[in-house]
Amino acid sequence: MILFKRAETLAGTHARTAVLFLAPTFLVLAAVGLYPLSRTIWLSFTDANFFSDEVRFVWFDNYLDLHANADWWAALYNTVFFAVASVALQVVLGIAFAMVLNVNFAGRKFARAANLIPLVIALTVASQLWKWMYHDVFGVVNDALLRLGLIQDPVAWLNNPNTALWAIIAMSTWKFVPFVTLLVLASLQGIPKELYEAAEIDGAGPIARFWRVTLPLLKDAIAVVVVFRMLDALRVFDIVYVMTGNSPATVTISMYARQQMIEFGLVGAGSAASVEIFLLIILGTMIYMRMLKVEDR
Amino acid sequence: MIIRILSRTAFYLVLAVGLFYILFPFYWMIVNSLKPSAELFATPLSYWPRQLTLDNYRAVLADGSFVRSIFNSFVVAGGATILSLALSSMAAYALARFRFAGKQATLYIILGMSTFPQIAVLGGLFTLARALGIYNTYWALILSYMIFTLPFCVWVLTSFIKEIPDTLDEAATIDGASAWQILWKVIIPLAGPGLVATGLLSFINAWNEFLFALTLTADNQARTVPVAVALFSGQSEHELPWGKITAASTVVTVPVVLLALMFQKRIVEGLTSGAVKG
Repeated sequence: MILFKRAETLAGTHARTAVLFLAPTFLVLAAVGLYPLSRTIWLSFTDANFFSDEVRFVWFDNYLDLHANADWWAALYNTVFFAVASVALQVVLGIAFAMVLNVNFAGRKFARAANLIPLVIALTVASQLWKWMYHDVFGVVNDALLRLGLIQDPVAWLNNPNTALWAIIAMSTWKFVPFVTLLVLASLQGIPKELYEAAEIDGAGPIARFWRVTLPLLKDAIAVVVVFRMLDALRVFDIVYVMTGNSPATVTISMYARQQMIEFGLVGAGSAASVEIFLLIILGTMIYMRMLKVEDR
Repeated sequence: MIIRILSRTAFYLVLAVGLFYILFPFYWMIVNSLKPSAELFATPLSYWPRQLTLDNYRAVLADGSFVRSIFNSFVVAGGATILSLALSSMAAYALARFRFAGKQATLYIILGMSTFPQIAVLGGLFTLARALGIYNTYWALILSYMIFTLPFCVWVLTSFIKEIPDTLDEAATIDGASAWQILWKVIIPLAGPGLVATGLLSFINAWNEFLFALTLTADNQARTVPVAVALFSGQSEHELPWGKITAASTVVTVPVVLLALMFQKRIVEGLTSGAVKG
């Protein structure tokens, strides 16, 4: 009985301490996250703009205008296309590279260290760098392809609407393959060697071992990486802003929202676009969290 | 036998192509930053500089607004990281050690914020920063950066603290230490390497941030490196100072890469737990 009571008061103290220790974090997050978010939501129902101080409540007008706007749909198409293509490439190349780095060979340490480099370079810096590599006259991409005879004339990769989005996808793939490699490598190292030995005894070749042993065991890790990368790719802003500016061939939803809000001063209209992006990402985040099974922590 | 040779060839092919793809842009950045502009703007390109020069670096370091942006980035990324580490060590300790109602929901919210779209708060932050008079100041960036640095630090530190055996805090509790004392005298010293890794990643994330930095600053009073690099301009759209841009890129990238290589193991741990360790 006494023991029971002690345990109960201990739990009570713990709960109180936990609340106290979490309070500062929550206060800050509410102030810098929740408050501006609710402000954005409120603004999305108004005609707030930079040109007049009078703010009118306009119900769903901004949302209706947004859905009637072909530019928004074009931006959404670009964004989804970019996200699907770049994440697919990142995952395939990332798995291939992780398989290679999981093998013992001289120089593996060096290769793993090299893998970190694209990850820590600032996205805007990397974008400028690739913009230079894509330069129509002095870019290394054109120079190399011309020397190899793969193209006859230099291509203006970022100015040509047919190649611009793909050029951006290639850059983003470079930046984020190492991330997939890192995470896949972490789960590869968790696969017991005995499984491969058993498969080998059963006569499975390297290709069969990959499809029958490795891939099924990596399935969950890969699913999580795909959703995590998708959520990031759908928010893409930096790369496109630096590499092609507001070119309609590559404009994304985040750029559209910012342009409306900050460049055109249409805070209400831009906020409506922001809220839709928010809802899209929240939906994806819920899927992501279900996959992670937080309750097991 | 043939399969063996084939798979060895495939292995080295993937390795070589992968390493080339990863490293070449980095190499190209450094090589171009060392070329005189006559060589930079001449076809066919030289893949190994014929003539080395530090002119581009001199131009970058003589550019007051770029040097200022490096200073600004240190203040902003450092400020956001220090504040986040201080608050998150308390929160992470509570999440790693205590059972309490609402813990599940707390973890969900913290994790959910790691995918939070910055654009969703941009309009609110922009109008708020102007209303509070902190637009174009360090505070606008430090506070807004905590939207991502703080949840990140809480999440990663929680998993680091969980790895510390709790026998030590139990012993301290029996000796009559309060939770506050245990946190600062037992947990924090033991979590040292984890704190360094978390702080480093948070610093890198804040250092690299672009959307808020672009929107909440107006000039080099608070403008950070990513914005300065993105907005480098020459006489016209077609005359960007590429030598200067590659030199500036090298200046801001090499230190980060060296740090990452020095703390490689911890960085990998932090990145892995930051994203997927459930």
